Amino acid sequence: MADLFPITLLSLQVSILATLISLLIGLPLGTILALGKFPGRSFLLSIVNTGMALPPVVVGLFVAMMLWRSGPLGDLRLIYTPAAIIIAQTIISAPVVTGLTAAALQQLNPRLRLQLYGLGASRAQMVLSLWREARLPLLAALMAGFGSVISEVGASMMVGGNIRGQTRVLTTAIVLETSKGEFERAIALSAFLLTITFLVNWALTVIQQRGRS
Amino acid sequence: MTALIEVRDLLVRREKQTVLEIEHLAVQKGEVLAVVGPNGAGKSTLFLTLARLLKHERGTIHFNGTDSMSTLEYRRRIALVLQEPLLLDASVRENAAIGLGFRGIPRVDSDRRAGHWLERMGVAHLADRSARRLSGGESQRVSLARAFVLEPELLLLDEPFTALDSPTRARLLEDLKAVLAETSTTTIFITHDLREAERLGTRMAVMLNGRVHQMGEPREVFAHPADAQVAEFLGTTLG
Ligand SMILES: Nc1ncnc2c1ncn2[C@@H]1O[C@H](COP(=O)(O)OP(=O)(O)OP(=O)(O)O)[C@@H](O)[C@H]1O
Ligand SMILES: [Mg+2]
Repeated sequence: MADLFPITLLSLQVSILATLISLLIGLPLGTILALGKFPGRSFLLSIVNTGMALPPVVVGLFVAMMLWRSGPLGDLRLIYTPAAIIIAQTIISAPVVTGLTAAALQQLNPRLRLQLYGLGASRAQMVLSLWREARLPLLAALMAGFGSVISEVGASMMVGGNIRGQTRVLTTAIVLETSKGEFERAIALSAFLLTITFLVNWALTVIQQRGRS
Repeated sequence: MTALIEVRDLLVRREKQTVLEIEHLAVQKGEVLAVVGPNGAGKSTLFLTLARLLKHERGTIHFNGTDSMSTLEYRRRIALVLQEPLLLDASVRENAAIGLGFRGIPRVDSDRRAGHWLERMGVAHLADRSARRLSGGESQRVSLARAFVLEPELLLLDEPFTALDSPTRARLLEDLKAVLAETSTTTIFITHDLREAERLGTRMAVMLNGRVHQMGEPREVFAHPADAQVAEFLGTTLG
């Protein structure tokens, strides 16, 4: 049981980092997709929405092929490292954050933009005001992004390799213990997984609901 | 008198349709121009064009004699109030101060100035309340305070009272009239209510099918409609 903590810690580190990178990509991209006017916008939006349902094993396959020793990015020597898991999880959660960001901003009254501009907002100030206005659904987007990767097992297994002490995360450990019939360990790991998922979402919900009665 | 805003040879198309065509329109400093016209006449299109929120295909809009201001610079000299108050999910005070925030005014100053205008619009007691929990009339008062706090050179109002019931509307109209008289803010007030136009406007423009058919003192316009279409619009709307 002693390795429960490092496994949990790695799970948290990898999935939180992947979620944050997804936020850095998804918030601006979702904003452009929601507010921009350019040809191909709705096509891009439908690609992103499809990406929200990407099967993790397909992402795992794709990232594994890219990072494989003989693959195009093989020289980076990333396969079977935590970095490989972060890459795969980012590909899984970025479309979730992007798509839900776009949806959150499209729900706002389109005339609000005119009103903000009419009060002297620069483009950046207008976008910041809209983000602030949509903070609840934007935090929900972040929670959904985190949820999509902390619970994911296929990609982590394929690109991380479930190497003990190196790339073993909670979900891959649960699969392994279950396959060995070690149900007690599997249950303990599951309890950890549920607990940290709850704690992270709880923290985000507290931020989200602050100032609401 | 100097024209604060002067429009020449303006043409605006939306979805390839010409919806606004104005040869000349000037608003003098301190004037309150009421723009009336039926649904679809192009009033809101004119409003958005004057706020530089809609591109025009042809023509010039001179502000204080110049048309070379950047869009941001231009917009920071005007303020607008729309039919819906469009307040943000924040306190009433924060809402009233938002335009000052955009201009980089420090929080203490902007809060004080917002407080003053909330007081002036009769909603100071709501300053700390969430803007989500206001009635329609209260919201529109906050929206007006949010505009006046900017001390705009030009105030643009697009049917600000349309969604309100008539007693609320009448009271707000009187308060607005008093503030406009006191500050001599140059104003363009769009409405389809002729009584409101007459009450508030020092001049009145009648828009039909994207064109200004007549412009003059309200009494003058009512007494001598420029053409049959204006007469018909005034007649059917009043009758
Ligand atoms: N977003 C838009 N895109 C394309 N055309 C528009 C748009 N908004 C308005 N129009 C068209 O422009 C014309 C003028 O509309 P506008 O909204 O300026 O009229 P209005 O005088 O403000 O009417 P109302 O009294 O109903 O508010 C109409 O023919 C309308 O169909
Ligand atoms: Mg209109």
